[in-house]
Amino acid sequence: MTPDNADASEAIDSPEEQNSNKKRDNLSLTPVAWVSILIIVFWVVVAVFAPVLAPFDKADMVSFESFKVVDEASFLGTDYLGRDVLSRIIYGARMTLGLALIATLISFTTGIVLGFVAAISPGWIDQVLSRTVDAIMAFPSIMLALIIIGGVGTSLPVVILTVALIDATRVFRLSRALALDASVMDYVVVARARGEGVNWIMLHEILPNTITPLAAEFGVRYTFAILFISSLSFLGLGVQPPGADWGVMVKENLQGLLYGAPAALIPAACIGTISVAINLLVDWFLHRSSVMIPEELTG
Amino acid sequence: MRNLLEVKNLCVQGRPPGGEYVPIVKGIDFSIKPGEVLALIGESGSGKSTISLSTMGYARPGCRISKGEVLLNGEDVLLLDKQSRRNLRGEKVAYVAQSAAASFNPSLRINKQVTEAPTLHGIMKEDEAVNHAVELYKSLDLPNPETIGKRYPHQVSGGQLQRLMAAMALSCTPDLLVLDEPTTALDVTTQIEVLKAFKVIISRENTAAIYVSHDLAVVAQVADQIMVLRNGEMVEQGSTEQIINHPRHEYTKTLMSAVRQTPPCDQAHEEDQADADSHLLGVRNLTAAYGPVTILRDVNVVVDKMETIGVIGESGCGKSTMARVISGILPPVVGEIRLDGSVLPGAVKGRSREELKRIQFVFQMADVALNPRQTIGKILGRPLKFYHDMNPAQCKERVGELLELVELPREFAKRFPGELSGGQKQRVNLARALAAEPEVILCDEVTSALDTVVAASVIRLLESLQERLGVSYVFISHDLSTVAAFADRIVVLYAGRVVEQGPTSRVLSPPFHPYTKLLLSSVPELRQGWLEDVAETQEARSGIARDVTLSAVGCPFTDRCPMSIKGVCDTQSAPIRKPVAGHEIACHREIEELITGVNLAEVSASA
Amino acid sequence: MTGLIFRRLAIGLVTMWAVSLLVFASTEILPGDVAESILGKEAPDDVIAAMRERLGLNEPAHVRYWDWLSGLFVGDLGVSLGSGREISELIDDRLWNTVRLASVTAIIAVPLAVILGLISAMRAGTVMDRSISIGTLCMISLPEFFVAALLVYVFAVQLRWLPALPIVRPDQSLWSSLTSIVLPVMTLTFAVLAHMARMTRNAVINVLSSAYVEMALLKGVPNWRIILFHAFPNALSPIINVIALNLAYLVAGVVIVETAFGYPGLARLMVDAVGTRDVPLVQACGMIFCATYVLLNLLADVLSILSNPRLRTQK
Repeated sequence: MTPDNADASEAIDSPEEQNSNKKRDNLSLTPVAWVSILIIVFWVVVAVFAPVLAPFDKADMVSFESFKVVDEASFLGTDYLGRDVLSRIIYGARMTLGLALIATLISFTTGIVLGFVAAISPGWIDQVLSRTVDAIMAFPSIMLALIIIGGVGTSLPVVILTVALIDATRVFRLSRALALDASVMDYVVVARARGEGVNWIMLHEILPNTITPLAAEFGVRYTFAILFISSLSFLGLGVQPPGADWGVMVKENLQGLLYGAPAALIPAACIGTISVAINLLVDWFLHRSSVMIPEELTG
Repeated sequence: MRNLLEVKNLCVQGRPPGGEYVPIVKGIDFSIKPGEVLALIGESGSGKSTISLSTMGYARPGCRISKGEVLLNGEDVLLLDKQSRRNLRGEKVAYVAQSAAASFNPSLRINKQVTEAPTLHGIMKEDEAVNHAVELYKSLDLPNPETIGKRYPHQVSGGQLQRLMAAMALSCTPDLLVLDEPTTALDVTTQIEVLKAFKVIISRENTAAIYVSHDLAVVAQVADQIMVLRNGEMVEQGSTEQIINHPRHEYTKTLMSAVRQTPPCDQAHEEDQADADSHLLGVRNLTAAYGPVTILRDVNVVVDKMETIGVIGESGCGKSTMARVISGILPPVVGEIRLDGSVLPGAVKGRSREELKRIQFVFQMADVALNPRQTIGKILGRPLKFYHDMNPAQCKERVGELLELVELPREFAKRFPGELSGGQKQRVNLARALAAEPEVILCDEVTSALDTVVAASVIRLLESLQERLGVSYVFISHDLSTVAAFADRIVVLYAGRVVEQGPTSRVLSPPFHPYTKLLLSSVPELRQGWLEDVAETQEARSGIARDVTLSAVGCPFTDRCPMSIKGVCDTQSAPIRKPVAGHEIACHREIEELITGVNLAEVSASA
Repeated sequence: MTGLIFRRLAIGLVTMWAVSLLVFASTEILPGDVAESILGKEAPDDVIAAMRERLGLNEPAHVRYWDWLSGLFVGDLGVSLGSGREISELIDDRLWNTVRLASVTAIIAVPLAVILGLISAMRAGTVMDRSISIGTLCMISLPEFFVAALLVYVFAVQLRWLPALPIVRPDQSLWSSLTSIVLPVMTLTFAVLAHMARMTRNAVINVLSSAYVEMALLKGVPNWRIILFHAFPNALSPIINVIALNLAYLVAGVVIVETAFGYPGLARLMVDAVGTRDVPLVQACGMIFCATYVLLNLLADVLSILSNPRLRTQK
């Protein structure tokens, strides 16, 4: 066969596919995605540079008046002990985002490793891991946390590990399913037929192809961890005063609402902004392509 | 005679997710008279399905009809309001889709779906519609016409479902039938049944039809007119006779030449069989299973150096399983695989790299066989590193050579599989196998997912590589014409057993195993009238429609065989007949009977 | 089919058993034991020993587990460590308060969410769909206590339309019992609605993009009929799952909402019990919640087996 022939035949099946290749790289950010990214960056900066940014220390009582509303000294007013709400929000960002990050990192490492192990080692290992995860997932997550904390008592490590455990079960399920999907793909069979070892297949064939859904899942799980830890703090079972995350701040100042002081709303709204931002970003990331249902039905 | 349908300057645009609209059908004109069948033929992306759907005023999600007229009985379908368009669909124009399995609603009984259009359009009452449906089932040769409609779609086989969909389309006796690749997903033997049914009913009801297909030979059987399409434009249009026999346009000629015809007997490859141990690859008494299901039973096959073995059979016959067993992905239950006379361990894990490198596997779907997250350079470089321990510089050089070997530019090393066309991916897929410098390459349906012209170029590449590198191929395919044109020897598998094997010319000429004969007669020929001819043969009349049954006793083909001997074929394993050395047929009938055929009357008498 | 359902029921039973095991085990991983944690580390040894004796802690773990489990079956939930009262007695009113809260929420949220999801799916890709999508996503992302605090601030403090803290008494009038749960129900609805609407949308869109819906369209079937006869039967099973899953989610949601509003329900009882380390009470409440959750999931699976002809016709 001459090269001329090859060119002629390739020309036939290439044009439309090349078109679609250009489209595939369409990663343009929507305005919603832009705003989300800005919000996330904002909070990360706040959390990292908390000591520089905060006008007061988180424990300073700046005023003898509790639930003071906005004035020049304290931008967002004071809380029930007369502490500066803005400074506590800034330090709270550190606590809330930091704790959630640690919990999510732990859950991801264990979840992915165990999920992949379960996927490629069929038989009893998979059974044991999967059934254990099933049993843990048979609990509503907050119940599991309440039962564990009810048994063990609360402390930061307990809270982090509990959240990590709950998260890890979800990550396990996902990564196991992804790895199973990928492991029946022909390129993995090719690698197995070549004689590749398990490690190479995991690292080079399967992991790169599961990274996108896993990245999206990281966002989802991170917001879950933020909401969950805040909720535990709100229940009085998470971060303990004088330590302060946003959940504790809501709890502490909840009574103030009845007197018309919005101090409890501010930290709650902060949690809202960051988790809305992350979720919107993940949503954009996963649903970039439009829906394909007949227009006649939707019109 | 007045035209039933006139399509004028039809333009359709399509939009990929997130992209802009681009033209996909660019100004098409055609017309159809009542009772006439027009075939739209072309490769993927030619716009043939899109055109057929726009005759119903429908555009798939992401597409829109941007310009043109579609006049049905003089009325422009595109200008109709929603209600009138609904009245038209199902009643005047009806649609038959490619996949019946997906197009039947899984939670409604079949009758409910078949009678929906006539009752909805107020043509018939419920009970009349059911009776009409049963009549249609009968004329479409469906088994148990009275009760089949009471089942759910998943309780019916694929070929039957396809005919049931035809019944659904015909339920209102439409003026125009739109058939969108209605037999593409079927096996050849089933395809004949369905084609036959379509043809009979189209001529009986005098329905006009648009028949969309990529397969010229199929189209030649049913169409009066053929329109050849390419990239949304018309290439050539004419009567079927003219297009088949005197194509004018170059592209049509290319399409025709890509359809391989069963070649005349060619004695070149016939040689005496050397003694057993000198074969390059030998499969002996092989039995393989997925869990409790036995897929292959007692298979014996040999491959010589520089030889191409074609393995043929219908879906589910175990041909892919055979490749998996040879490669060690699926260790056999019983039997051994010999390479150069020495026995190979059954599983990949037991084989040495040296042994692994000598047998390479090329998969059907290049899309999923190439890791989308690795560059072509890495995909090709890995076997070089793995088998030959090359350093990065050597790898890079060799990757370039490999790409040139499969007639691709060296720069492709930097690309990802997603940036390549289907044919290019299949070449990379092949290059990866070549990187190992193997002696045997297992090709599993490597051309099945490709358009005919591209498939033909891949086959030519395989042939030239064999000449240059001296590799052997085990070429697995469901397409007998491709295998016949390319293989030195053919192995015919049925229900996990080898029913016949031998040199290509021997297998393709009498004496045949009855199944081989059925398979051969089922491959559509690129001539008009073939369908009528083949419908007369005894193979076609007996039991084609039956499902394949896997059984441990007797000859697996008994149920469908026109010459089976009751009490023998269904209870005893078939003996192996050898008309000449190297040609084996597993059948209870004598060679003479296989040559001359058996009188059907005699068979029914003995039954 | 019956075989499938029986298998699912058996799995449900095994799950319940695993749940009980885990609930019981959670108290066993405690360093030291319950007696010590009640009385504090400074308590004299003989007092702790007496406490142990009283709580039956000297028995081996499996005996105590068996006693506890068999107690559950006959409704004997044990004695609260904090108040010394029978747990079944403590739980009684609380349980009904929570059931009332959850069921009123379900009655409001389920139809609303399904309708919202259907509208969204039917208008897929339009501005309305995008707005519903972003709106529900925001609702999911907001913590329940934020919604609770905001609602209290707006409706109770600023507008003074509703009481901020629910007053729940057995003798109160229907009207006051309704007004008292308006805010908690709104908060819960907010959380559950968003999840349910999104999942309903996805289930329906999945079905609407299938080939058999296109086929129905090409048979000239009107849109309402496609939705009702072709899409709905196939979307039913995923929607049932969504509803059950979210009713189960209510179980978790009530924990925050009851605390935020000081509502005297079972969840708040449990949170308080966790705070005071009243282990038997935590276990009892935990078992009730988990059993509800497992049962709802079980129900969803059985219903989706029944709504799928492929599974229904299986022998």
